[in-house]
Amino acid sequence: MTAQAASALQDEAPKPAVHAGLATAVRVLIPIVLALLVGAVVIFALGKDPLTYYGYVMRRGLLSPTGVQATITRMAPLLMISAGLIVAFRAGIWNLGVDGQFLLAAVVTAALAPALIDVVPGWLMILICLVVATLVGAAWSVVPAFLKARYGVNEIITTLMMTFLGIGLANVLVKIPFNDPTTTVPQTATLAVEDRLPRLFDTTIHSGVLIAIAAVLLVHLMMTRTAFGLKLQIVGANPRAAVHAGLNVSRLTFATFALSAGLVGLGGAIEVLGVWGTVRADWNPAFGLLVVPLVFLARFHGVAVIGFVLFFAVLMIGGESASRRLGVPTDFVLLLVGLLMVFLALVEYLDHRRRQATQA
Amino acid sequence: MAGLFTIDFTTALLFGAVTAGIPLLLAGLGEQISEKAGVLNIGIEGMMLFGAYTGFLVAFKSGSIWLGFLGGAGGGAAVALLMAIFCVWLGMNQIVIGIALTLGAEGLTALLHHFQFSRTYPRLDSIETLPLPLISEIPVLGRALFDHHPLVYLAVLLAFFLVWLFRRTYIGLNLQAAGDKPAALDAAGVDVYVTRTCAVLATGALAGIGGAYLANVGAGLFLPFMTNGAGFIGIVLAMLARGQPLWVLLGATLFGVSLALTTALQVAGLNIPTDVVQMLPFAMVMVVLVLFARHSYLPPALGLPYVRGER
Repeated sequence: MTAQAASALQDEAPKPAVHAGLATAVRVLIPIVLALLVGAVVIFALGKDPLTYYGYVMRRGLLSPTGVQATITRMAPLLMISAGLIVAFRAGIWNLGVDGQFLLAAVVTAALAPALIDVVPGWLMILICLVVATLVGAAWSVVPAFLKARYGVNEIITTLMMTFLGIGLANVLVKIPFNDPTTTVPQTATLAVEDRLPRLFDTTIHSGVLIAIAAVLLVHLMMTRTAFGLKLQIVGANPRAAVHAGLNVSRLTFATFALSAGLVGLGGAIEVLGVWGTVRADWNPAFGLLVVPLVFLARFHGVAVIGFVLFFAVLMIGGESASRRLGVPTDFVLLLVGLLMVFLALVEYLDHRRRQATQA
Repeated sequence: MAGLFTIDFTTALLFGAVTAGIPLLLAGLGEQISEKAGVLNIGIEGMMLFGAYTGFLVAFKSGSIWLGFLGGAGGGAAVALLMAIFCVWLGMNQIVIGIALTLGAEGLTALLHHFQFSRTYPRLDSIETLPLPLISEIPVLGRALFDHHPLVYLAVLLAFFLVWLFRRTYIGLNLQAAGDKPAALDAAGVDVYVTRTCAVLATGALAGIGGAYLANVGAGLFLPFMTNGAGFIGIVLAMLARGQPLWVLLGATLFGVSLALTTALQVAGLNIPTDVVQMLPFAMVMVVLVLFARHSYLPPALGLPYVRGER
């Protein structure tokens, strides 16, 4: 054992677990509190009462029975996207094309489901839709994966471009080939409520939420407990070292993209099969970039991310209601997410500095 | 189809191409400066949008289009200052901060616009163009290319100015060194932090002016989320141009044409959904990347924060 490793062990050993837990809580809570505080200042500056705003958010998002069901339902797509992002980020790949992958998969599902329901039994229809949506999501990442694996082209740019393309293509699909001529607004044929994903007990929460929770946990286990996950993490930590270790980096890059985008596509299918039953033209929830800071807050940890997604779903569902009541546009949530990311990075930076200072 | 390309149509198309291309040109040139100095400026979309907002606001309140551009430069530079503080001085992750700034600018401008104008979208008076003497008389091309707002000519000149700046001046060398081998620049006694900060601020100001042009000249009004990926296209232009400003100029022209086709085809009454045409520029980026990917080039120290004395 080298001296360095020994000292690292000693560093770890005497630290009580409670202390470490507290440090994590502080690291996580500070950015959230700061973001909410600055958000409050902005609301105040716009002549509204921040306490009333956040009060409405809590009341609708967490405390009312219908609200909390809406919140938990909203967690499903966010968790699926988190699962996809965790795979990619841990493997060092910036999949920022989430919205295109999500939307295309959702549109294909919305077109496929009502068509299939007359032909096959309900459970088979749902299964086929979930598989096809996963493939559609994955397919939309092939070009960025190829460019990254073959020429090292920065995937941030390519996935963003593919997302703009995907949103446009999804709209075209809804408006022309998949359009239901019986409706006035362009939209796909609607899947009847009883054919959608079964609801849990007597709530409005659909069973897709369970799939999403399972997905994010499985992804966590895969990345931390399997050889395949470890390989991806090595590529993420140091691609050159991965090459020297004999890993087929370009194949792993393709796998990462496909897995990440596939999970996101599955999320799109779950959202359509569970909540909407159809996709309207110009529908784009744009969850993608909003989930990114949550995944960072959780430090790519699949269990921790569930808590953050819950927090954010409360903010989204509650924010929609609070926005209507107070006349603050929902775009306010975008500002909060931006602030959250900045403060998060700042706290990480200060933490890093503090640790360097104690080492030196 | 043959009847489509009448003289008027061609003139309108090229005129539109210039109008649509200028914001991309400014964003692309700005991004190039940042990237040369080693900062991958993903926040440029936010800088552009914020510049569009401040630029429009100043022009709207003051009635002066030039003050509007100044306001746009200020707005873009203000966002860039945040980027410089977080990413250059504190060395925080450039991608995280870039996304954060973009999201924050989207939220903030939409909020501010909502509280100032509610659901109305006031227009600016139409701007005056400056026809260049003689060459603006050329049939078809003259009206299309040489009868624009003066800023257009300045933006094109800027591309040539940057060629000179990058190749012939110490500023250009310093920028390049900050991106290729920051430690060497530091050893030569030039402050890497200051060099990179200046580069980021210049990017912000140029992106802001680009945004202001988009709002004040291109649209004549401000809409939330109006940049709609133009900043990201700027990044692609800079990436493919491999540090050559004139390639950015060429790329911006091509993208301008494809954007102008969007409107021109609609005006011509072709029955294509707007979504298909709006996809054109992004499709072009991907095609160009697939064809020329092996030629794209980014500086070695791009995206890496510089920490003095660290190896």
